Amino acid sequence: MAVLVIAEHDNASVKDATNKVVTAALAMGGDVDVLVAGSNAGGAAAAAAKIDGVRKVLHADGATLAKQMAEPLEALIVPLMANYDAVLFPASTTGKNAAPRVAAKLDVMQVSGVIGVEGADTFVRPIYAGNAIVTVKDSQPKKVLTVQPTAFKAAGNGGSASVETTAAPAGPFKSAFVSEEMAKSDRPELTAAKRVVSGGRALGSSEEFHKVLEPLADKLGAAVGASRAAVDAGYAPNDYQVGQTGKVVAPELYVAIGISGAIQHLAGMKDSKVIVAINKDEDAPIFQVADYGLVADYKTAVPELMDELTKAGV
Amino acid sequence: MKVLIPVKRVLDYNLKVRVKPDGSGVDLSNLKMSINPFCEIAIEEAVRMKEGGGGHAKDSVTEVVAVSIGPDQAQETLRNALAIGADRGILVKADGEVEPLAVAKILKGVIEAEKPDLVILGKQAIDDDNNATAQMLAALLDWPQATFASKIVLAGSKATVTREVDGGLQTLDVELPAIISTDLRLNEPRYASLPNIMKAKKKPIDTKTPADYGVDTTPRLKVTKTAEPGKRQAGIKVKTTAELVGKLKEAGVI
Repeated sequence: MAVLVIAEHDNASVKDATNKVVTAALAMGGDVDVLVAGSNAGGAAAAAAKIDGVRKVLHADGATLAKQMAEPLEALIVPLMANYDAVLFPASTTGKNAAPRVAAKLDVMQVSGVIGVEGADTFVRPIYAGNAIVTVKDSQPKKVLTVQPTAFKAAGNGGSASVETTAAPAGPFKSAFVSEEMAKSDRPELTAAKRVVSGGRALGSSEEFHKVLEPLADKLGAAVGASRAAVDAGYAPNDYQVGQTGKVVAPELYVAIGISGAIQHLAGMKDSKVIVAINKDEDAPIFQVADYGLVADYKTAVPELMDELTKAGV
Repeated sequence: MKVLIPVKRVLDYNLKVRVKPDGSGVDLSNLKMSINPFCEIAIEEAVRMKEGGGGHAKDSVTEVVAVSIGPDQAQETLRNALAIGADRGILVKADGEVEPLAVAKILKGVIEAEKPDLVILGKQAIDDDNNATAQMLAALLDWPQATFASKIVLAGSKATVTREVDGGLQTLDVELPAIISTDLRLNEPRYASLPNIMKAKKKPIDTKTPADYGVDTTPRLKVTKTAEPGKRQAGIKVKTTAELVGKLKEAGVI
């Protein structure tokens, strides 16, 4: 069997999510190819060719693919599926946007948000915000999956696959890119960060949120996240939200400050390696998943923690 | 302009689902069911387009039609949409699980009959968490799509939609007719007032079946097992930040 992985990339390089989805594809057995669809994406194609276990890279380059929008991706991928038994998208906003279009065109029901691969046709995925886990058998002739990258280990970068060029779709398409507003930050990207410091509603204001969390995040080299309550209250921007309806993260260290631990937040961070919770409410549900809980007011605990980290040479 | 809003009946978002002990599925018996929150946001946006709220010019939409695919009780979900301000409803009666692909095929049939200019859906249902129906519907119709919308501006024959994407916001123009899916921050749905709930009882609901649209709803995927998620062990409480830093050093994460 042959599996096509759709690369998550920024044209210059591939994101770690791509390596993780390749791991999921390899677990299905068979040959794994990677599609890099972009504009001036030679750098990303070259990087994809280095991923361990990849047979070849397909590189489609053109103006219509510059923003990796759903319609041109559908037009590109559907014909390619004549050569593949399955296509795997990362469960990023780009992947989630395009995958169902491809599935519908192939008359296939997709398997969304896969967190486990138990063979060529059996997959594990969460439902009800991660409160139940189902095993799904997919006997359709073509399979379309979105894969939760945080659930898989990244494949290494010691390979040397060939790169083949494939034509970009010509268009025109009925949707047009107007603009984008990307958060600029020197901190690592939330979903890829090894450490995450997140704040909740207890922070009380946007000013306090940034004043308390950012120095700690910078000290730890961490990304900053937030609970939905903090985002809804306007303390943090939308794209900080960690949870079932926001971002799913699985860093080595997750520090939850003033977060009570609603189910939907836990669904977005419970696969972190080590979870630290600081909350003054000792009954907060976050303590039920935290490896290390500190019952304290963040106002005193965070500055103390900064001092202790300095003493410890961090 | 006419807008179609598909709505799904799901377990109320405040309730926690229970997995049946024999692993055959989840137990929904005697639990409160409600309109899917993302669908509620879609209805609210369409009603604002009609009423002239949320930055929309009054009467930019003249008719809001709600459609639900589900069991008899999905009628309650439609009444909920009608109480927010939809004008009429269509119930496509289907028992058992209907996968997004079949839902999209039924909706395609409804759209061919109703000819709306815009269809707004929730980005995902909070039961099966597929995040697929809107995109599948767009593909089946060959319409443009703007998913995960946090802002919609209607302007003549197009809509300008701001989308929530990884790392920030993206704005697109889509030609109408188009498919839009809602994200959480598009709006905050109103509480339906008692007079509007009463009025909703008198609004018409048509009943159809998947067969009316020539759609087979047999699931394509087979769920072989349903399990509780692996429980994370609660760890220990530390007394001081110094102890915390010591533990993190031991764990090798700092």
